[in-house]
Amino acid sequence: MPAFPQAAKQQLANAQLRHNLADATSTIRRKRADVVGELDDWAQLREAGAAIKTHTLSNLDTYLEQFEAAVTAAGGTVHWARDAEEANRIVVDLVRATGEREVVKVKSMATQEIELNDALRAAGIDAWETDLAELIVQLGHDAPSHILVPAIHRNRAEIRDIFRREMGEVGTPAPDDLTDDPARLAEAARRHLREKFLRAKVAVSGANFAVAETGTLVVVESEGNGRMCLTLPETLISVVGIEKLVPRWEDLEVFLQLLPRSSTGERMNPYTSTWTGVTPGDGPQSFHVVLLDNGRTNALADEVGRQALRCIRCSACLNVCPVYERTGGHAYGSVYPGPIGAVLTPQLRGTTSEVDKALPYASSLCGACYDVCPVAINIPDLLVHLRTRVVEQDRGWRSTPVDVLMSLASWVFGDAKRLAAAQRVASWSRKVIGRKGTIGRLPPPLSRWTDARDAPAPAEESFRTWWERNRGGGAR
Amino acid sequence: MSAGSSAREVVLGRVRSALRGAERTSWEDVPRHYRRHRPAPDVVELFCERVADYRATVDRVPADGVGAAVVAAARRTGARRVLAPAGVPQQWCELLRAEFELVSDEDGIGTAELEQVDAVVTTAVVGIASTGTIVLDHGPGQGHRAVTLVPDVHVCVVTESQVADDVPDALRRLDPARPMTFISGPSATSDIELKRVEGVHGPRTLHVLVVPD
Repeated sequence: MPAFPQAAKQQLANAQLRHNLADATSTIRRKRADVVGELDDWAQLREAGAAIKTHTLSNLDTYLEQFEAAVTAAGGTVHWARDAEEANRIVVDLVRATGEREVVKVKSMATQEIELNDALRAAGIDAWETDLAELIVQLGHDAPSHILVPAIHRNRAEIRDIFRREMGEVGTPAPDDLTDDPARLAEAARRHLREKFLRAKVAVSGANFAVAETGTLVVVESEGNGRMCLTLPETLISVVGIEKLVPRWEDLEVFLQLLPRSSTGERMNPYTSTWTGVTPGDGPQSFHVVLLDNGRTNALADEVGRQALRCIRCSACLNVCPVYERTGGHAYGSVYPGPIGAVLTPQLRGTTSEVDKALPYASSLCGACYDVCPVAINIPDLLVHLRTRVVEQDRGWRSTPVDVLMSLASWVFGDAKRLAAAQRVASWSRKVIGRKGTIGRLPPPLSRWTDARDAPAPAEESFRTWWERNRGGGAR
Repeated sequence: MSAGSSAREVVLGRVRSALRGAERTSWEDVPRHYRRHRPAPDVVELFCERVADYRATVDRVPADGVGAAVVAAARRTGARRVLAPAGVPQQWCELLRAEFELVSDEDGIGTAELEQVDAVVTTAVVGIASTGTIVLDHGPGQGHRAVTLVPDVHVCVVTESQVADDVPDALRRLDPARPMTFISGPSATSDIELKRVEGVHGPRTLHVLVVPD
């Protein structure tokens, strides 16, 4: 996987992708703005949402223990996982203990993050994604490109081709006369998945929220595939990041307003399921929660960074991001794309790899993401914070070329005469290097800038010279 | 399970060390200036409008006409086999039995049998006006969760006093110990080019009847 600047360049060349994304994000932005505008207390809800999450994180140990006790008392079993490998091992062992060789899955960012499907496959267990978009991605041997609409990069004709080619390989085939009408495609998915829902004995889910006080889990969805997975099988395994907790049942009154309006632009999503442990005679009679750390405590330890753990995965920040809108989700090289991915992923995975080091720079810092975030995560601030971390960590005992340039810049900017002289040189250089108004490729290390951006050529005259010429001579 | 308990200690230890020196705030200090109620001139009417916005069918019916309205709603969908869970008023069942093959869930109906049911008729526990949502807590008259999921048509009767003005009001009326399903319109997806399509896995038709108490 190349780092963001290279990956973005490849994606930018994909006209279909850019067209799909522009359409999709503008539609969803408009819908969100409409339903958010309906609530005159949106600012107060957002403030409460941020405060509840901040409070929960500042008492996370207490709430985790409380949640564990409540789930256990309600007939469920709680498991703890330090990392992806441990979480996968727990889930594989639980599935094996049932004797089953397949599971149905409701879309879950946490299980994508730990690459659970690969671990299950390695253990000889088939995992079927049942969200329509996830099904498209899975059948297309592809990766999701949006938190909420994972197949946002595919158009209807591509989806028809994938269904016709792949469905028959793994179950009920697509009908021979399948067209690219979305209703027909959804119908094909319904028929294909129905067979799997009806025979599945084990399901795997994530959770949108977990209530510490009561041990209640909440899954928010639209299609009913979530309800199928959560109620028809005999065993349910939910993989839940430790940051998903909220203290009390009544706290959901805030998030069940913030989440659907921010994510799909609906007043409420079609289906929300809540369950507490096991209910005799209704739903799975064996229920397991896997509480996942996998880097979350690293983020928690960072006083600035921990606010990213407030994220409720609504994807509003993706839909307003000018960078995401043009590159799509794959360029980020992470399960969490867009602005939130650019701050969450480097905290969960660390900033040692080239991909993770580049992520805090995958932004124009325009601030639109902060404006729409329902839990007020200051993403631009966090990006700058993480850029500082990347620079500090890369600074060894000797100066890098960037350090040399920065000291030179600070020497030039430190004195008005030196700056004026430098600006004269720059204006003159325009005749040589920037006659088209932009500068082409600069030599290293400046190429790191010009490879990913068009740098404007220096102005023909500096503002100071212009001022001197037009307004100069008078009293200051 | 020693490996499990050690993971527990490690994760909790990491959380505690991450929070060393952090200010631990109190739940009571969370600012809650948002609306706990969202009054409307006519909450029940708003509920009906918002449910209809989801392309569900909504009818307000007089108290003595519920049974007939339930039958009419089922008839409209062309259903033949109709399920009425235990706890649904006896009078509706008699009217339904006169016209349809009536199925009961008394002995815990299985998924395979549910596949053969065309429509299900239930009561609800709460409605939410601001969002157009009905809530089932799967108590008497609502059946277990699969009953309102597998059949293609759901006819749901909500009484006027069950309609809460907003989400906070609704949550206060509910018991988190019970499993719950919040339903806003029929099953839907927007996963293909963001075009909304009704009915993927859940019922494709939702018919809500609002009745006086």
